[in-house]
Amino acid sequence: MILIFSDDNETALEILGKGREIADSMKIELGAISFGNEETIFASGADKIYSINIASSSDHIVEVISNLNDQYKPEIILIGGTKLGKEVAPRIAQRSGVGCATDCIDCSIEKGHLIVKRFVLGGRFLETLRLLRKPLIATLLPGKFIKKVDKTRNGEIIKIPYNPVESKVHILEVKKKAPQELKIEEADIIISVGRGLKKKEDIKLIESLAQALGGAVGCSRSIAADLKWLPEERWVGLSGHKVKPKLYIAIGISGQVQHIAGIRDAKTIIAINNDPNAPIFKACDYGIVGDLYEIVPKLTEKLKKQV
Amino acid sequence: MPEIIVCLKQIFDLGQIRVDTSTKCPLTEGVARKLSDFDKNALEEALRIKEKHSGKVIAIIYGTKDAAKEALAMGADEAFIYQYTEEIDHLGIAAILAGSIQQLKYDLILCGEASIDEYSFQTGPRLAQVLGIPVLTYARKIELNDGEIIVERELENRYEVSKTKLPALVTVTKEINQPRIPTLLQILGASKKSITEMSPMKQEVGVKILSILAVEMKRKEVIVKEIDELAKVILSEK
Repeated sequence: MILIFSDDNETALEILGKGREIADSMKIELGAISFGNEETIFASGADKIYSINIASSSDHIVEVISNLNDQYKPEIILIGGTKLGKEVAPRIAQRSGVGCATDCIDCSIEKGHLIVKRFVLGGRFLETLRLLRKPLIATLLPGKFIKKVDKTRNGEIIKIPYNPVESKVHILEVKKKAPQELKIEEADIIISVGRGLKKKEDIKLIESLAQALGGAVGCSRSIAADLKWLPEERWVGLSGHKVKPKLYIAIGISGQVQHIAGIRDAKTIIAINNDPNAPIFKACDYGIVGDLYEIVPKLTEKLKKQV
Repeated sequence: MPEIIVCLKQIFDLGQIRVDTSTKCPLTEGVARKLSDFDKNALEEALRIKEKHSGKVIAIIYGTKDAAKEALAMGADEAFIYQYTEEIDHLGIAAILAGSIQQLKYDLILCGEASIDEYSFQTGPRLAQVLGIPVLTYARKIELNDGEIIVERELENRYEVSKTKLPALVTVTKEINQPRIPTLLQILGASKKSITEMSPMKQEVGVKILSILAVEMKRKEVIVKEIDELAKVILSEK
């Protein structure tokens, strides 16, 4: 059996899509630990649902999955690579004395072994790993896999009795982040600025464009670390923050290796730069050569009218 | 007086790694090494706790003597080092770290949330699991209080304030502090502190690396001439 878990529903459904594919190729069952609407879970590929009332404590989740592992001996355990997922997967692996790969962007079966791919060394290299012993445990990167829905599918629900032992960790308070506190890693649209900007006050040009698009403002190393025009939370790059937006607009950013490594997972990259030879033009999907002080305000006006 | 253990990894300076154009493999010969960024945040936090509550900070380092000197110059009292070995993974590293930590007295273990070369997020959680102590990941604020620790954790869309009894293991984020840069005097003073070289037993591995290859970024590289055209592209991609 392949066992699937994620504390994030959407990620769980994405992983079910990949899990179904592997389960079919190995001719084994796909099981999911219950995380919401059961019909959707079956439609997304599960054969069985292990329905447990899990509290969102990582101690409980480690225990529940480890118990299921002892009882059902799944070949593979795939876990959604949320922050919680990346904590529980290595713990379950350590408990079982096996390896684990986190943040995988691809996984496949070759001769009964799970082969996974993940970025390393600042995102410039792709590492291919083979997991050696069962259970083969990996966390899959959220947003990377595609849900496959078939509403005619159905399956079996297995209720798992579970009496949680008291967690060693007590949650005292949960504070929801305000929209402006959302980390740049979470942003769908990022408008980033670099050394092409002449003075700190001009950041408002970038902010208005970001506002017109409902995006977050990011920056290159020099703006955050050297000039300190924006806080380090906004720094996109290898030593700053690695981002994965749908749309990344690099304005006045030359595109050094470290910066490019930080935006590797962006779906679409657009560059605005006055230097036609800037390396960013070799690393973008769409580019325009020209003065940002001329282009950005005009672009903002146009977008405001159309958004 | 808390006894704090900090686990640190020495990594290659990633910006200096070049690609072998024929094999696409990383070229690391002659590349400088340094302590991984978030591990330094963990050490900094340990030093701040020591400054407030007194106690002792022990650094356990996967790396060379130079890395130990860097940690001692920052203010660690003592360092243990493991040199690089072939064929080791997180399963083995957690076992090795646990083996030496079990010989020591400790109240708190601090790790970086991940090393910036691998970004695996595994060592801290695995180590806590072996030691059978509570783990609090992604800390951006730590407070020690009478045998307990209160940690503000940063998760995707929320902050979570959690409490647990010591001994515990906490992994920290980049945001928790700004690691200090040692003065020349501190660098010189560090040479008097103790560095113990450890020789770990060979460990079983759980994963095998098949390849590490440079990835070409395939982008469209379309140059547009007009702002109108650019606006259209943006609207269709957002």
